[in-house]
Amino acid sequence: MSDNVLIQVSGLKKYYNNGEVKALDGIDVEIKKGEVVVVIGPSGSGKSTFLRSLNLLELPTDGHIFLDDEDITSPKTNINLHRQKMGMVFQHFNLFANMNVLKNMTIAPMQLLKKSKAEAEEKAMTLLKRVGLEDRADAYPSQLSGGQKQRVAIVRALCMEPEVMLFDEPTSALDPEMVGEVLEVMKSLAAEGMTMVVVTHEMGFAREVADRVIFMDGGKIIEENTPEEIFTNPQSDRLQSFLAKVL
Amino acid sequence: MFDEAFESLKKQFVLNFLNEDRWKLLLKGLGRTLGITFFAVILGIVIGILVAAVCSSFDKNKESLAKKGGFGYAVFKLANGICRLYLTVIRGTPVVVQLLIGYFIIFKSSNNSFMVAVIIFGINSGAYIAEIFRSGIMSVDNGQFEAGRSLGFTYFQTMRHIVIPQAFKTVLPTLCNEFIALLKETSVAGYVGIEELTKVGDIIRSRTFSPYLPLFAVAGLYLIMVVILTKLVGKLERRLRKSER
Repeated sequence: MSDNVLIQVSGLKKYYNNGEVKALDGIDVEIKKGEVVVVIGPSGSGKSTFLRSLNLLELPTDGHIFLDDEDITSPKTNINLHRQKMGMVFQHFNLFANMNVLKNMTIAPMQLLKKSKAEAEEKAMTLLKRVGLEDRADAYPSQLSGGQKQRVAIVRALCMEPEVMLFDEPTSALDPEMVGEVLEVMKSLAAEGMTMVVVTHEMGFAREVADRVIFMDGGKIIEENTPEEIFTNPQSDRLQSFLAKVL
Repeated sequence: MFDEAFESLKKQFVLNFLNEDRWKLLLKGLGRTLGITFFAVILGIVIGILVAAVCSSFDKNKESLAKKGGFGYAVFKLANGICRLYLTVIRGTPVVVQLLIGYFIIFKSSNNSFMVAVIIFGINSGAYIAEIFRSGIMSVDNGQFEAGRSLGFTYFQTMRHIVIPQAFKTVLPTLCNEFIALLKETSVAGYVGIEELTKVGDIIRSRTFSPYLPLFAVAGLYLIMVVILTKLVGKLERRLRKSER
């Protein structure tokens, strides 16, 4: 395995109902440090399941996932420690409803990384400033707009200083005018060299930011290439018909 | 005519409450009712938390535990089975029967009937409280749980910091109803000779041969306690909700 591979997935399978439904049917993929990988595909293609398997929110039926050369699918691994290194952003934000923005961002670093309150809050405020929400630190999630919630969700994950960020359709639940502000944050993150795996329907984002685009259908990777190749020179019929529908 | 009625009421009052210091009897009964309820609630909450914790964590971790298998899974599965059996039996039989079984069979060597009542009512209430807590935990959006786990929190840390505080807010009104129901259910403790509020009212009635005042007084006292309890919980509820605005 080469040095700069961060995540290696081999033979990943996820079956439901004793194999009747094959959400993932043998996925092999490598994600390098600093790489932005965008996963596209029709709904039900398994792309969200794939992403959620990377930090074991979905338990794979079979296959292995290596993070920093360690097999996180092994029962002996403490998955909680590995999840600290993998930030996750959800379609429905999932900010903790019982905490204000600042507490949302500081609870994990304080409890898990044993940071002091002052240290955690300073880091949180710096990140909030970066996404233009420093004046919302005392607000509760219910008082924020969708776009604001998602920006907070992104910086909440960043507070743990993860090695990789996983995005599960981060803009799908947003009003159209709020999509831009979230994508801006993600773009700046990519420009800083953060390793990112993004499941999205935003083809513009994929084309502009991705280093590599993965097209999934039926629980399998159908095509995998640079954005130029994927969008201008699609090989498979399925990708061609998918792009014809979404572009 | 009005004077006559007033005179008669006064006589009744003196007869039922003042003669032989019967109001003291009533007060003692009230104290026992509150005492049984208070300690039974505490016991019920402890049991409820334990049972709800076992049942809901078993449901949520079944998949990953089964995959690991081994001794831990077997113990967990057994504990879950015992909890389910407890819920079924306790919720499937009347509390009076449980009280009688407790008093005449299980604790027949004990002569502390107050203690027996606390234990039986506590065990009974625990089953209902467990189901209230479990439904509260299930009512919290699974996304909250996933967000906690994705940050690296363990199952128990996620429960403690994120899920349970939110679940508590949801279950508070239902929990209050359970306490009110328990307070009134203790009125059957007279079956095993405990002189709680209802029994005391009945004792006064049998001595004075005048049912009206003692029984209405008993009903009034229950009503006052329930109204106060409802008000207190309402206040707490408003304070908890404030944090979300």
